[in-house]
Amino acid sequence: MWNLLHRLASPPHFYRLAAGMIPWFAVSGLLAVAYGAYAGLFIAPPDYQQGDAFRIIYVHVPSAYLSMMAYVIMATGAGIGLIWRMKLAHAVAAAAAPLGAWFTFLALVTGSIWGRPMWGTWWEWGDPRLTSELVMLFLYFGYIALRGAIDDTAKADRASAVLALVGAVNVPIIHFSVEWWSSLHQGPTLIRKGGPAIDSAMLYPLLAMILGFTLLFGALLLRRVRTEVLYRERRTKWVREMILSTPGNNL
Amino acid sequence: MGAYGAYVWSCFVLTAIVFLICEWRARLRQRQVYRDIEVRVKVLGGRQ
Repeated sequence: MWNLLHRLASPPHFYRLAAGMIPWFAVSGLLAVAYGAYAGLFIAPPDYQQGDAFRIIYVHVPSAYLSMMAYVIMATGAGIGLIWRMKLAHAVAAAAAPLGAWFTFLALVTGSIWGRPMWGTWWEWGDPRLTSELVMLFLYFGYIALRGAIDDTAKADRASAVLALVGAVNVPIIHFSVEWWSSLHQGPTLIRKGGPAIDSAMLYPLLAMILGFTLLFGALLLRRVRTEVLYRERRTKWVREMILSTPGNNL
Repeated sequence: MGAYGAYVWSCFVLTAIVFLICEWRARLRQRQVYRDIEVRVKVLGGRQ
């Protein structure tokens, strides 16, 4: 088991393995999103209260879920890198941050666009879900800025890892905010006692979108981690040999 | 979609744009890093 983990964490092995995985993640992700978007936009019936505006959940929910998942990946990578000094873990954390920031931005904007016709406002500062999600966007910005401000990669890894770990406390706050406090945002729809509170005609496209977004996120993350590995290993023999053997076409 | 069409479609279009930006930026960075290393390897090779 440990041998397998060590082999997977070896930068040259991961670099080659990820190259083969990216097309599979991308193609299957696109297929799932194509089905989910078509079924969500044209087949699922309108909601009895929200009408067609509910269809925004097909991009809002997967974005919000990925914004938190990216943070969990970033904090886990940072923690593993900090404790076990695994180079690949820091590379994963660094690669996950910009993607997490983009999906947090997307969750906030699509939520805001949904809020306008449903709540009558684009934004509500007193709402704990909205505010804690915005705090997460700032945590991503802080993490990225901190990494950018330190030239030494090892020092940047350590400093940003601490910030990522401290900020991880915000993830459960976002998730449970709608249960802990009074919120304009609706309560949990999928993960709740008694099963999902949504009809199967609306549920299956949503699950397809969540799966598709996750696979596409996986493809993007793998591509970014490969680049991060390449940059960190730029002075090593295996990178030099790879560049010399396949000039210009190993992207 | 009726009155909500603009809200719904703007969310879907924005999502597609974000995915495209993420992919474009990832490819751009990958190409930059690869080219930088390629130049460095060639310079080092020339010195040897």
